Amino acid sequence: MAWTREQMAARAAKELRDGYYVNLGIGIPTLVSNFIPEGIEVNLQSENGMLGMGPFPFEGEEDPDLINAGKQTVSELPSTSYFSSADSFAMVRGGHIDLSILGAMQVAQNGDLANWMIPGKMVKGMGGAMDLVAGVKRVVVVMEHSAKDGPKLLKKCNLPLTGERVVDMVVTDLAVFTIDKHGKDGMALIELADGVTLEEVKANTEAEFRVALKNA
Amino acid sequence: MNKVYPDAKSALEGILKDGMMIMSGGFGLCGIPETLSDAIRDSGVKNLTFISNNAGVDGIGLSRLLETRQIKKMISSYVGENKLFAQQYLAGELELEFNPQGTLAERIRAGGAGIPAFFTKTGVGTLIAEGKEVREFDGEKYLMERSLFGDIAIVHAWMGDTAGNLVYRKTARNFNPMMATAAKITVAEVEHLVPAGQIDPDHIHTPGIFVKRIVQVGTAKKHIEFRTTRPRTAQAATGVEV
Repeated sequence: MAWTREQMAARAAKELRDGYYVNLGIGIPTLVSNFIPEGIEVNLQSENGMLGMGPFPFEGEEDPDLINAGKQTVSELPSTSYFSSADSFAMVRGGHIDLSILGAMQVAQNGDLANWMIPGKMVKGMGGAMDLVAGVKRVVVVMEHSAKDGPKLLKKCNLPLTGERVVDMVVTDLAVFTIDKHGKDGMALIELADGVTLEEVKANTEAEFRVALKNA
Repeated sequence: MNKVYPDAKSALEGILKDGMMIMSGGFGLCGIPETLSDAIRDSGVKNLTFISNNAGVDGIGLSRLLETRQIKKMISSYVGENKLFAQQYLAGELELEFNPQGTLAERIRAGGAGIPAFFTKTGVGTLIAEGKEVREFDGEKYLMERSLFGDIAIVHAWMGDTAGNLVYRKTARNFNPMMATAAKITVAEVEHLVPAGQIDPDHIHTPGIFVKRIVQVGTAKKHIEFRTTRPRTAQAATGVEV
C-alpha cells in the first residue's frame, strides 16, 4: 500500500515550521496547505506577487485581480501583502523564503532536479521554478516514485535540469529520502510509506542511497 | 503637457513600427493591458517582439496578435494554455526565448534602472546558462544576465492620474511596474483616471515620470483563467484541488 496524493502532501507538511514563509508548486504541493499542523502558522508566498495567500474565495467573491501562480482565484488574509514580480523574486533569490515544495519529473542522487522540459515535446516554460530552486533555503520535492517508463530517482538526470544540486528532500508515494546536496553524504532513505518494503523501494529506484530508516 | 488620450488608438498614434520590441505587463490574464494590445493588433504593425511573462490564452490577450501573425518573437517564462502558440512555434513560425520568471523580472527592472547586466544563481548548470558568462562570488557560481529595454511598454493599472502616476490592484501588479520603467515610451491603460492630486502621493506605485501616455479603459474587460471557489460551509483551506 503506497501513500495517496493526500498522504504524500501530509508527509511534506511535516517539514513546515512555525513562522515559515513557504512557496508551494502546482499539483500535489498545493495540497500541502490542507495539512498544515495545528499550532503552526505559515505564510504562503505566491510568486506572481502575493504573500499571505488565503483559501479559494467563496462562490461569487472571485476577483480577476486576485489569483495565485497557478492562475486560480484565491482570497486575502489579514496578513496579506501585494508586490511586483521583481520584489517577489527578490524574496525568492535573496533567500528570504524558508521552504519551497514542488513537483518533479526526475531527481538525481546529488540533488539535481529536472521538472520543466522534455526534449521533442512542446515546452511550456520553466515559469519561476529555476529561481525558486536556486534561491529558496530548503527545497522539498513531492512526486510519484516512478514514471510509466521507469524510475524517477536516478543516478543522473537525463532530462534538461531545472537546477543543479538543489533538492534537500524527496517525498514519494513509496518513501522519503534526504539528499546532502552540498556535502558528500549523498541520498538517504529515512522513511517507508505504510506497508511498503525496502525491497520494493530498491527495485523502483535507480539512484544509490543509504538506508537510514528512523523507526527501523 | 498633456498625457491623457481619449482612446487606445490615439494613445498609440505615431509610436508603432514594424519590427519593434514591446513590453507588455500581466501574469496570465491578470493585469494585462488588453485594450492596448487589441489596438496594436488593429494597427496592423508586424514582426513584433513581445516581452511578456505569458502569451495570453487562445482568443484573449497577446494570442489575438498571434492569430494575425503580427508576432515574430516572444520573450516569456511560461506559454502553456495556448494551442495557437504551440502550433506556430512547432511550425517554426514563431521564435521563443524562455527566461526564468525571476530572471525576466530582474532583466526588466535592471533595464529600467540603467543597469546593463547582473549576476544571478538562477539557471546555473541548465540550458539557460549556455553562452552566458559564469562568475564565482564567495564560492558560488552565478550567471551573467543582460537587461532588457523596449521600444514601447504597455501596462495596465487600476488607477492613474493626469500626471501619469499609477496605482495597481492586488495581484494585477505583477510585471507592470518594472515594465513601465523599461521602455522609451510607456503607455498606461487605467480603469479609473483622476485629476492629479486625487491619489495620496504615499500610495503611488509608479511615479508619473515613467508614463508618457495614459488612457482610461474602464473595468469591463477582465478574465479569470481558472475559477476556483469554496462552498460557504467549508472549512478554510488553501488550494483544494477541484
